[in-house]
Amino acid sequence: MNFTLKIWRQHNADSKGGFETYKVEDIPPEASFLEMLDILNEGIVRKGGDPVAFEHDCREGICGCCGLYINGHPHGGFKGTTTCQLCMRKFKNGETIVVEPWRAKPFPVIKDLMVDRSALDKIIQAGGYVSCHTGGVPDANAVLVSKHDADLAMDAASCIGCGACVAACKNASAMLFVGAKISQLELLPQGRIETEERVKKMVAKMDELGFGNCSDTRACQAVCPKKIKVTNIARMNRNYLWAKLKGKH
Amino acid sequence: MNKLNANIPDGPLSEKWTRYKSEQRLVNPSNKRKLDIIVVGTGLAGASAAASLGEMGFNVKAFCIQDSPRRAHSIAAQGGINAAKNYQNDGDSVMRLFKDTIKGGDYRAREANVYRLAELSNNIIDQCVAQGVPFAREYSGMLANRSFGGAQVSRTFYAKGQTGQQLLLGAYGALSKEINKGTVKMFTRREMMELVVVDGRARGIITRNLVTGKLERHSAHAVIIATGGYGNVFFLSTNAMSSNGSAIWQCYKKGAFFANPCFTQIHPTCIPVHGDYQSKLTLMSESLRNDGRIWVPKDEKTAELLRQGKIKASEIPENERDYYLERRYPAFGNLVPRDVASRAAKERCDAGFGVNNTGRAVFLDFKEAIERLGKDAVESRYGNLFEMYERIVDQNPYDTPMMIYPAVHYTMGGLWVDYELQTTIKGLFAAGEANFSDHGANRLGASALMQGLADGYFVLPYTIQNYLADQIAVSHISTDLQEFADAETKAQRRINMILDVKGEETADSIHKKLGHIMWEKVGMSRDEKGLKEAVAELDDLRRFFWQNIKVPDVDGVNPELEKALRVADFLEMGKLIATDALMREESCGGHFRTEHQTSDGEAMRDDENFRFVAAYEYNNEDEPRLHKEELFFESIELKNRNYKS
Ligand SMILES: Cc1cc2nc3c(=O)[nH]c(=O)nc-3n(C[C@H](O)[C@H](O)[C@H](O)COP(=O)(O)OP(=O)(O)OC[C@H]3O[C@@H](n4cnc5c(N)ncnc54)[C@H](O)[C@@H]3O)c2cc1C
Ligand code: FES
Repeated sequence: MNFTLKIWRQHNADSKGGFETYKVEDIPPEASFLEMLDILNEGIVRKGGDPVAFEHDCREGICGCCGLYINGHPHGGFKGTTTCQLCMRKFKNGETIVVEPWRAKPFPVIKDLMVDRSALDKIIQAGGYVSCHTGGVPDANAVLVSKHDADLAMDAASCIGCGACVAACKNASAMLFVGAKISQLELLPQGRIETEERVKKMVAKMDELGFGNCSDTRACQAVCPKKIKVTNIARMNRNYLWAKLKGKH
Repeated sequence: MNKLNANIPDGPLSEKWTRYKSEQRLVNPSNKRKLDIIVVGTGLAGASAAASLGEMGFNVKAFCIQDSPRRAHSIAAQGGINAAKNYQNDGDSVMRLFKDTIKGGDYRAREANVYRLAELSNNIIDQCVAQGVPFAREYSGMLANRSFGGAQVSRTFYAKGQTGQQLLLGAYGALSKEINKGTVKMFTRREMMELVVVDGRARGIITRNLVTGKLERHSAHAVIIATGGYGNVFFLSTNAMSSNGSAIWQCYKKGAFFANPCFTQIHPTCIPVHGDYQSKLTLMSESLRNDGRIWVPKDEKTAELLRQGKIKASEIPENERDYYLERRYPAFGNLVPRDVASRAAKERCDAGFGVNNTGRAVFLDFKEAIERLGKDAVESRYGNLFEMYERIVDQNPYDTPMMIYPAVHYTMGGLWVDYELQTTIKGLFAAGEANFSDHGANRLGASALMQGLADGYFVLPYTIQNYLADQIAVSHISTDLQEFADAETKAQRRINMILDVKGEETADSIHKKLGHIMWEKVGMSRDEKGLKEAVAELDDLRRFFWQNIKVPDVDGVNPELEKALRVADFLEMGKLIATDALMREESCGGHFRTEHQTSDGEAMRDDENFRFVAAYEYNNEDEPRLHKEELFFESIELKNRNYKS
């Protein structure tokens, strides 16, 4: 298959970027999107150029490294699919494909298609955990957890932290990311004890880092490669309100 | 002097660890603050170690390649984690897990370490549940288990098909908590380039900042290496793209012994290779073998027609299918251990019965399971895996059998460590897949996660204290020491040498050549002739690399340079792997020497001559010095593995 690629090139955070056009030919339909970029880069390097920088690691949809804005959609907009899992057969032969980095204020560009997503780590550091220490914990079956809650917690916990939700949101809100973590821990008795403190700290951190508010367009849910639901945002909002109300008394 | 003292505590097997803990030296809280520990790698092993040591009050500096510790390769583990809880009341115990692990490793692991691992397995599950890891549960609210990798008991805990992800996120949470408190300082997007040794002790590392491209010096009283496995030496593997062997290789070159390099695990159920542009192989969970049946056509001509796409698998009648695992191993059938299943697949394909257009695949068929259980039941068990398969291969496994082929998956070898997980360099510790310790010649499914977390949460926090107890008088190590300057110069020289070649070949293209040699001659089955050829070819390829590599000379982010540096180390490491495989004149676990097999093709171990850990000391590139750590089996009888009856 042959494609024309319009790729965002930007040397570093301080420089001004712009689109460059490349042609790739004879791409096997089974190749993944990233393998197509490998082929492009191999050619660029051989010609003495600077290859397109993009992030990737597991290449099987679980590490959350890859994240490209493809034809105006995070991860290309295919349901439940990360960029690395996207096969070229999903595109039309001869198509022009536009590739950009995540665009959101809290994610500054590092180079080309690489952005700095450390803001997500900072939100977790503010409280996205159970603060038990190693050792001295009870037997794993000492506290029972209903299967229903455990399954819901697992669904929320399957977030890979790729940031597609932020990139898709016109306000660059991280509510789906934060809501998923709050929900996971709130649904489990081990995490529930700290919910109020956790939700206040994480929301405050999210605001401080420049993530916007949720205006309920649900663009995040639509693009989430792990199909995380906006009900997690609702649960977080409920927890937040309760924590704030309680704080007043 | 015998340098290989494993420092195993006295006493009966089941009391060694308890005794060790009661006798080890401690560091008092006010002194802990004055002691610095470097943890390289924040996968399961590194993140759990860094978090636990931070909690105890040490000053921890942790490093990883990715932009966040949450993205380490551990995240990709699917199947589960073992523990001897016996929640299912099916006869499991610490002793049984210990025995299974020793036997599974084909009697090439150290008893005392493995027993401790089995003992600690239960604490891991407790710890993870307390952290909010959402393990699968029964309707009763109790934890669910499944049987995995042919174990006769159900001892595997799991979180859907994403166990590694959930365990890593648990450890990442603990680590984040300590980062927030300031006990751990996290350095992301850093790659370790050199180990710094001062007066015989590990005192720091040189890292390359992957954003600025600058080299940096970091010092500490002790260094932990938790950088994962080196399976990517084969180019194509199930490992993540950035998984590498460079950190342990640099430690090896500074004097840490490298143990059992040739013990690599080939996983039988991966999606087959489909083209030479391919960058990695995807694992399909081993759990598929619980219900899927593996076969190839009985007739070579049918196989040929399949390869040409002239017929479909579903058109082949039952009596023309060869369920070769069930045929060869009636007692275990499709559930034989990984090494056995992998070799059997290769044997069929080599004999001309392979399918797929490449001839390098076998079928994994769910037809019988769908008939027996119904499509819904199969979907509820394997739905997400089927989806993943369909996304990649574009075929629906409900209608047409999956195709699978073995792929490199895990490396049992690694830095040699003693009972305290200390390497042969004082103050240098190794944990997780980076060390060689617990899996012998073959790792059982769901045991790597267990080992990484045991090392990080429960072993190192004790043993490091024992080491640091006499270091309290040593103040913070200055990075102005000559040793740091020398190490930095060395790293810079390596970078410059690569940039200066200005050849025509990319790092990936040379890496592929390396992978080809390794897979063909140092892969699933090995023989003297092939191994000798491999050694010679690797020498040539190394020369080729240093004459032809092309890396763009750009400042800042430079992924091509990262790759080239890793490939340079892999080229040297490949030779050590081949050398070790040549030395080990027996077949055991994942190491199969075709000269050493029974008349019906089963592996033949040689306990009389090879009941040892092979630990290599760096001498120069071509002549590593072999040291042997003899293995003693006091609690378990050496037996031949038998999966036939
Ligand atoms: C697809 C797949 C499925 C698996 N499934 C299972 C399973 O079901 N059960 C099971 O028990 N095991 C499984 N395994 C094996 C298991 O996942 C790994 O062995 C284990 O996670 C390794 O953990 P680790 O902490 O040792 O290393 P890793 O998770 O590999 O972490 C390595 C860390 O070191 C860092 N690093 C590496 N090199 C450097 C360097 N030079 N400088 C600085 N930092 C560096 C990385 O950034 C990373 O943080 C699976 C493996 C694969 C590939
Ligand atoms: S590279 Fe890991 S999710 Fe895409």
